[in-house]
Amino acid sequence: MVGASLAGLSAARCLRKQGYDGRLVLIGDEPHRPYDRPPLSKEFLAGTIGEADLVLETDGEDLRAEWLLGARATGLDPARRAVRLADGREVRADGVVIATGAAARSLPGSEGLAGVHTLRTLDDARALRDELARGGRLVVIGGGFIGAEVASTACALGRDVTVIEAAPTPLAGPLGETMGAVVSGLHADHGVRLLCGVGVKGLSGERQVEAVLLEDGRTVPAEIVVVGVGARPCVEWLEGSGVQLDNGVKCGADGRTSLAGVVAVGDCANWYDPRAGTHRRVEHWTGARERPDAAVATLLAGGALEPGVPRPPYFWSDQYGVKIQFAGHAAGADSVTVEEGVVDDRNVLAVYRRAGVPVAVLGMNQPRLFMRWRKKLAASL
Amino acid sequence: MIPACRLADLPRGEAFRLDIDPPVSVFHTDDGEVFAIDDTCTHQDASLADGWLEGREVECPLHASKFALETGAVDAPPARLPVRTHEVVIEDGMVYVRLSTDAPNLPPCIAARLAGGIA
Repeated sequence: MVGASLAGLSAARCLRKQGYDGRLVLIGDEPHRPYDRPPLSKEFLAGTIGEADLVLETDGEDLRAEWLLGARATGLDPARRAVRLADGREVRADGVVIATGAAARSLPGSEGLAGVHTLRTLDDARALRDELARGGRLVVIGGGFIGAEVASTACALGRDVTVIEAAPTPLAGPLGETMGAVVSGLHADHGVRLLCGVGVKGLSGERQVEAVLLEDGRTVPAEIVVVGVGARPCVEWLEGSGVQLDNGVKCGADGRTSLAGVVAVGDCANWYDPRAGTHRRVEHWTGARERPDAAVATLLAGGALEPGVPRPPYFWSDQYGVKIQFAGHAAGADSVTVEEGVVDDRNVLAVYRRAGVPVAVLGMNQPRLFMRWRKKLAASL
Repeated sequence: MIPACRLADLPRGEAFRLDIDPPVSVFHTDDGEVFAIDDTCTHQDASLADGWLEGREVECPLHASKFALETGAVDAPPARLPVRTHEVVIEDGMVYVRLSTDAPNLPPCIAARLAGGIA
């Protein structure tokens, strides 16, 4: 397992569960045992839970694995199926699970400026949590889910928050224009400024950030800046290995890669989606948790299995006390209708359809109805 | 024993939530078995009665941890502790629950509320 976060851990569990009894090595570039990332922008950032609450392994769990932590993979030798590490070590294997995840994109030119953060790892979250606790004005660059969750948490901590989004509507990609506007309306509901349709030109400040400079000439003062502009798959280490790369590791519908004995899971893996007839790199927690099952089965069977059809992708977000849940793909929809609740009350259940057929569902504080629709979606697709 | 609902009013594949503190849910599986477990996921405040019931397992509606209805065991994080199970008695078409005397494994936010702290 190259990658020791949720996808790598899940793959290790699946291997044991599916009867693999041999040597198991987990390689992780972070020094930490596997931890849960979703709370990093929410409860952990707010200080209501601590690091012990993030642990992903259960008490007494023993995968009989060797853990190489703080060890970054730098290459894969396909002929010898050997993973090279930055410290010169090498791990040879009969099978390799690529689970190296994704890294937060940063803002060019912001390197070395104090007060500027990205949020992806535990170390990122510790630094941001400590800084938010000290106070100051926060500007969040990017109105996506990470940015919105950080804004929500900081707002609850009493910080002055501004969110800047380059697109006319935040979350239009994952949720579509209509519901993207509804969900991002939560910012204004709670007194957080949202500036849309304007790009960021740069940051000002010599050692410590002082302001965010916008392309329309405006200046937004800030002591803390969080850059939430997406993530890129961590696959540079595979260049030249023969593993085909295309927006991450290009995979079949069961995680198989272009190399025999090598599968990929989690945020770095661009799986073929048989429903959509195209490849889709899904960066959801549930994908990292569920997909290793199929990938490991493929690995153990030597690729002799027919891939099944996975459940529609599902993700959640918690913002301003509202539970947001989404399943399916909004991109293919030609209509979206509110089936329950009131938009202004932020308690809606919305169904996305294509030619009358449900393709996605969004819930805001509607867990019961949402689950019914999610099951319906899985059954119908 | 606490009366929950009439079996005839609980179709297969459905769950009934008993609004006691902490709440308990009764599940009627597709195979016709009836189980009772604590309703609240041990990870966060979510009602398992709203979850995805499949076979003898229910998946939390929020974060996908699955609990075995028979034993309360959880399959994988984010939840790490099992839910309590309760004995089910069916008499004259009525479903009763005999509550476990074990301590519940409630998520931190709920446990704090029950202990008199802040939610």
